[in-house]
Amino acid sequence: MYNDVVLVLRGLSIEVGDGQIVALLGANGAGKTTTIRAITGLLDVHEGDVTKGHISFNGEHIHDKDPSAIVRAGIGQVLEGRRVFAEMSVEENLRTGAYTNRDKAAVERANDRVMDLFPILAERRKSTAGYLSGGEQQMLAIGRALMADPSLLILDEPSLGLAPRLVQQIKEIIVGINEQGTSVLLIEQNANMALSISNFGYIMETGKVVMDGDPVKLLADEDVQEFYLGLHSDEGGRKSFRDVKHYKRRKRWLS
Amino acid sequence: MDMMFLAQVGSTSTEILISKIVDGLALGAVYALLALGFVIIYKATQVLSFAHGALSAVGAYLVSYFAVVWNIGGRVAGGAPQTIQFFISAIVGIAAAAVVGIVIERLFIRPMIGQPIFSIAMITIGLDIMLRTIGNDFIGQGANRSLGQTSLATGDTIGAPWGLTNFDLGGITIPHSYLATIVVAVFAMVGLALFFRSRTGIAMRATAFDQEAAMAQGISAGRIFALAWGIGAALAAIGGAFAAIPPRNFGVNNFTAFIALRAFPAIILGGLDSIIGAVVGGFAIGLAEVLTGHYLASFTDTIGIGFNTIVPYLLMLLVLVVKPYGLFGTPEIRRV
Repeated sequence: MYNDVVLVLRGLSIEVGDGQIVALLGANGAGKTTTIRAITGLLDVHEGDVTKGHISFNGEHIHDKDPSAIVRAGIGQVLEGRRVFAEMSVEENLRTGAYTNRDKAAVERANDRVMDLFPILAERRKSTAGYLSGGEQQMLAIGRALMADPSLLILDEPSLGLAPRLVQQIKEIIVGINEQGTSVLLIEQNANMALSISNFGYIMETGKVVMDGDPVKLLADEDVQEFYLGLHSDEGGRKSFRDVKHYKRRKRWLS
Repeated sequence: MDMMFLAQVGSTSTEILISKIVDGLALGAVYALLALGFVIIYKATQVLSFAHGALSAVGAYLVSYFAVVWNIGGRVAGGAPQTIQFFISAIVGIAAAAVVGIVIERLFIRPMIGQPIFSIAMITIGLDIMLRTIGNDFIGQGANRSLGQTSLATGDTIGAPWGLTNFDLGGITIPHSYLATIVVAVFAMVGLALFFRSRTGIAMRATAFDQEAAMAQGISAGRIFALAWGIGAALAAIGGAFAAIPPRNFGVNNFTAFIALRAFPAIILGGLDSIIGAVVGGFAIGLAEVLTGHYLASFTDTIGIGFNTIVPYLLMLLVLVVKPYGLFGTPEIRRV
């Protein structure tokens, strides 16, 4: 996909239904971030391209639109690693998020919603974003994306590098945002956290979806437990080669 | 500068110092405007534009065209005072210069996005030569068409309304054009500061800080690039125009572009990526150049004539030894 040299993704079909939280799981290098870059049009920045297939949103094809048009269509995203504008204040960061939102009343509403979700940001309006803690920066990154009033919010590894208590907090926030009517596509390595709040889950490996289904079912799956949750199904001894082979054989192409 | 010297015969040393400080601030204002444009382009687009000198010359040519050749101000507001007429022409000229900047970005810089910084810098050097040559052809030499030239027929200054007139406050002599330079530069800087707090200005700062994250907010990086070049070219035009009028100079010519070369120490001194640094560096270099020019004039036997013209570079070297990223520049953070 990048440079037409390496095809990163193939055989990938993901659907996020209206008002749902959908989890996209996978290890490092599975292609999760590339997937969302394809959706949000940011592949261009990395000199990549969607060569086959289609991406549609609310019945409209969006794979040939530029990132700005995609944001305006209603897809907001929180990049991996938060990426707040560290030199700017919290308030200015939020204003960049509202860049595509030209309706003053709508910006006001989005702002109230963000302040409601993240009271800490209201307290820190004038602080420089770079001096916020990791958790506060993650909240700022989410708040920034919400300023455009998206109908679909894509979160790339929001729990990365956060303490368990903060992961719990972020999780509750995501549920809260979803309850207000925003669909969520949640990209995570923390399978436990993601699956516990989602309506549907996909598991990616080397550029393709290898498993999908109901989160409860996925959480109960032996392989998922073993490879993504770090749980051992049996007595906890070393995996035998036969077991690994067994897992590989059971992986299937879904699309 | 020599004319200033004559005017100051009979002044006390304090009065001379004050006049020289104003002179230095006016020159510094020109450097600061050029440095600001350069830094804005660099920050927003990561392009080191060596075409900035040419942009300032082309800008000054354009202001000349609108003020002298076409006399837009006179046509639009014939009855208004000369200064108002000049400002109307100048604003149109500066807007035209901004368009030139935007076109250059679109044609020559945008296709190079993602290419090595060195290649893009080379392109800007080519642009510099090209723009200066074309600009020169349009204005011609000694054809009474350039802003700040002395008319061969009447002996008056062409274009700029101030000519060689001065404020005379006792022994302190301040040319009207110097004061105009400072006032306009301050207005431009306040305008910029306000711009950076606006929706588009914040978008530009966001793009400068993290392009991908800015694009993820729906900000069009291309539009921001074009805008940065437009603003840079407009600031360069203002600087170039004021650098061309008396008593600083007598007309736009081949050498107008080189004033930007002397603004370069101001940029490096302040820090390549610092807006504040560009302003501070500009004024510091301007003051240093004028003051050393005056006070070291009696030492020409030992240090030679024109020492003041290398002072900006000396100052730059001194600062770089102590602070490699300039006074306000962002140090590159490396883990060891």
